[in-house]
Amino acid sequence: MSPAIPILLALALGLTGWLAARARAWALRREARAMESDLHSLPGYHGWYVALWAAAPATIFAIVWAAASPALVLARVLAAPAASALPAFGIQRDAILAEAQSLASGGGTAFNPASAALVEPFRAASGFYSTIGIAVTLLLGLAGGVFAFLRLRADFTARSRVERMVMGGLVLASLVAIFTTFGILASLMFETLRFFQVVSPADFLLGTHWGPDPMVDPSAIRPDNYGAIPLFWGTVFIGAIIAMVVAIPLGMMSAIYLTQYATPTLRKWMKPLLEILAGVPTVVYGYFAALTVAPLIRDFGHAIGIASASSESALAAGVVMGIMIIPFVSSMADDSIAAVPQAMRDGSLAMGATTSETIRRVLIPAALPGIVAGIMLAVSRAIGETMIVVMAAGATARLTANPFESMTTVTFQIVAMLTGEGSFDHPATLSAFALGMVLFLVTLTLNFVALRVVKRFREAYE
Amino acid sequence: MSDPAALRLKRRYAAERRFKVLGMAAVLFSGLVLAFLLFSMTANAIGGFKRAELRFELDLTSGVLTVDPAQLRGPDAQDALKGAGLPDVVAFAAARELGDAGAAEVEDGAWREVAARIVRDPVLLAGKFTVSLPASDDLAAALRGDAHKELQPLASRLADEGKLASAFDWGFLSRGDATGPQDVGIWGALKGSILTMAVTLALAFPVGVLAAVYLEEFSGRNRWAEMIEVSINNLAAVPSIIFGLLGLAVFLGLFPNWRSAPLIGGMTLALMTMPVIVISARNALKAVPPSIRDAALAVGASRVQTVFHHVLPLAMPGILTGTIIGMARALGETAPLLMIGMRAFVATPPEGLTSPATVLPVQIFLWSDEIDRGFVERTSAAIIVLLLFLLAMNGLAIYLRNRFEKRW
Repeated sequence: MSPAIPILLALALGLTGWLAARARAWALRREARAMESDLHSLPGYHGWYVALWAAAPATIFAIVWAAASPALVLARVLAAPAASALPAFGIQRDAILAEAQSLASGGGTAFNPASAALVEPFRAASGFYSTIGIAVTLLLGLAGGVFAFLRLRADFTARSRVERMVMGGLVLASLVAIFTTFGILASLMFETLRFFQVVSPADFLLGTHWGPDPMVDPSAIRPDNYGAIPLFWGTVFIGAIIAMVVAIPLGMMSAIYLTQYATPTLRKWMKPLLEILAGVPTVVYGYFAALTVAPLIRDFGHAIGIASASSESALAAGVVMGIMIIPFVSSMADDSIAAVPQAMRDGSLAMGATTSETIRRVLIPAALPGIVAGIMLAVSRAIGETMIVVMAAGATARLTANPFESMTTVTFQIVAMLTGEGSFDHPATLSAFALGMVLFLVTLTLNFVALRVVKRFREAYE
Repeated sequence: MSDPAALRLKRRYAAERRFKVLGMAAVLFSGLVLAFLLFSMTANAIGGFKRAELRFELDLTSGVLTVDPAQLRGPDAQDALKGAGLPDVVAFAAARELGDAGAAEVEDGAWREVAARIVRDPVLLAGKFTVSLPASDDLAAALRGDAHKELQPLASRLADEGKLASAFDWGFLSRGDATGPQDVGIWGALKGSILTMAVTLALAFPVGVLAAVYLEEFSGRNRWAEMIEVSINNLAAVPSIIFGLLGLAVFLGLFPNWRSAPLIGGMTLALMTMPVIVISARNALKAVPPSIRDAALAVGASRVQTVFHHVLPLAMPGILTGTIIGMARALGETAPLLMIGMRAFVATPPEGLTSPATVLPVQIFLWSDEIDRGFVERTSAAIIVLLLFLLAMNGLAIYLRNRFEKRW
């Protein structure tokens, strides 16, 4: 059954309620005006009141039902006598069930004779539950609509009631952000704790060898294969060192040139160009790094006599990441320099300093807190970047300072562990959540501190 | 003026010039990198929009195919033509025109393109016409000259005879994914992207705008509002891959049947896009002058009426601009979708919100892993399509901003 049908049904009930209630309110208004009085609220609000009562509970039920009914259907099918012939567990069983289900909904072809027997139970069960779903949706909608409709009266305070519901909606919408934050924390925490039951936090945070094997029997894993230090080092080396060596000078100089030297026409053309650079998807940068930059860097490495230069190098990923971050650093530096009071600049110029002396000796020192905060935000963005390192940095965890070798990062390993072959309960898979937790906490701290610094810095000049 | 002072001044001016040149060089560098990136993608993409095609004459005038025209209108038309022996007829014609070696390099299943043409135009059933069918991946590589040395004599012979050429491949925009670079298309991924973006927009836009309205117009400065504000600012800076982990643990935990579905992908991206929309919507609401609110309240509107009848419509252009920019970011996003299983090989375009799908950036990522040189070109072509979409969205945002945004 498509979940769209009950939802559309609920909305149709809402529309009917809206039309009926508005008509009723018009009638009430005629009666009231005949007696030299008037409605408390405009007829439209009566309409919305009934429409919300008719549609909202029914829609919520329809959505919940759409989410819950597949599991109910499955349970009913498994209880049917035909299901006793299924293998007890494993991929075979899932495949047969999936095939029977797609056959029952009218698609696919039968490969497995066992699935044919299950088509009828599937059809019966999904028909049964979709009938229940539609019936309850209708009932809820009608009950809500009728309840609301019977309350309509000339002095009914429909507007304040509708506005209260709107306010409820607004609060609910803004709570989504909090739910999301807690959802992230809770899901990461839950899986991380499960991981720490197998591998102790000390082994994870302080170990220097990373080599989880998702195929090893979970009871026989060796905790010393789960040392994440090489990953942390790779992440810091690529995201916070190489990328920043590229991005900070280029971003700062671009911002200085565009705000202090460039003519308005040039600025008008160059700023969108930087914005385009910021808008290129990371997968494109990753492809660029892997296809174009990495071979160049490998050849350069060989040319200067580094035999170990690899075609997947930390340098390639870091440089391209730095290029990606340039617009970000530039716009942060731009904001901070613009926040320095004009009087300081004028004072320096009036004393006879050249423009560059003013920038280097007055503007940058005065804007330094803002610039540092901007760099912290840039670092937090760089270490959370995934696609560039997945495509260009390599999979080997290595503790080395040689930028021409391949190196792996936290984000790369999260992708590798979760898209691999391992089962969801295996410590290797769970380690991805622990890595995600570390990444989340580090970026959160960086952002929090940076935003504090920016706020303090703004206040200093206001 | 004494000599040392003049010298010092000269040095200072030289430093000033150097500094200015450095700044210009930094800006130029960004421009050059962008130009280089676009140039290298476009250069590869030109080949990606083409495919190697074998061209030969197909003669059906002798009536070798006996198919009831009524069957050609049904859904089983391709099967009917197959039953009538179309694959063999095509293979025979290919062998006669191209030689046995050439016929062996016609892509498997190429007869389906002939079948589709006959279904569109049944007159061809008894006609004589030229068909252009895709060559095999090996022959295509040989034509480009980067692999399969043993096929290169054949490729150059056929090319000289005008029977093998690379031609613009419209099918690239209308097919789904496949295993060989000659057969792939991006329509499947594009449709997946469109469905995913529709879900993202449907969820993130209302929630984001309503949250912004609450924070900007109603909440005042209480502790709740502060908590919401802090979490929105933090969510805006959380790495996208973390949202993927959330989607995997929560959404896929709740709906295990919908692995790789646009619905789940859209929900995950909506959580990521929502903070962006909230922040831009708040700025747009802030820009509406208080006099508008005062005027509405003064003539007796309630606060809800003031906001929904006057403030929100005036802020809408700004909100839409921010929304489009957030959506463009979501369209280019790859990492969170890898987490929730949208990296599976999906050959048929998705039929609905709950059928397995992939999206354009993930498709690019998947193709970039392939070794065949043909895939390099196809990947670049897909990147160009993605960049064009992003360009169009950003252009629309800029147009909206310039056209409708009021300066008070």
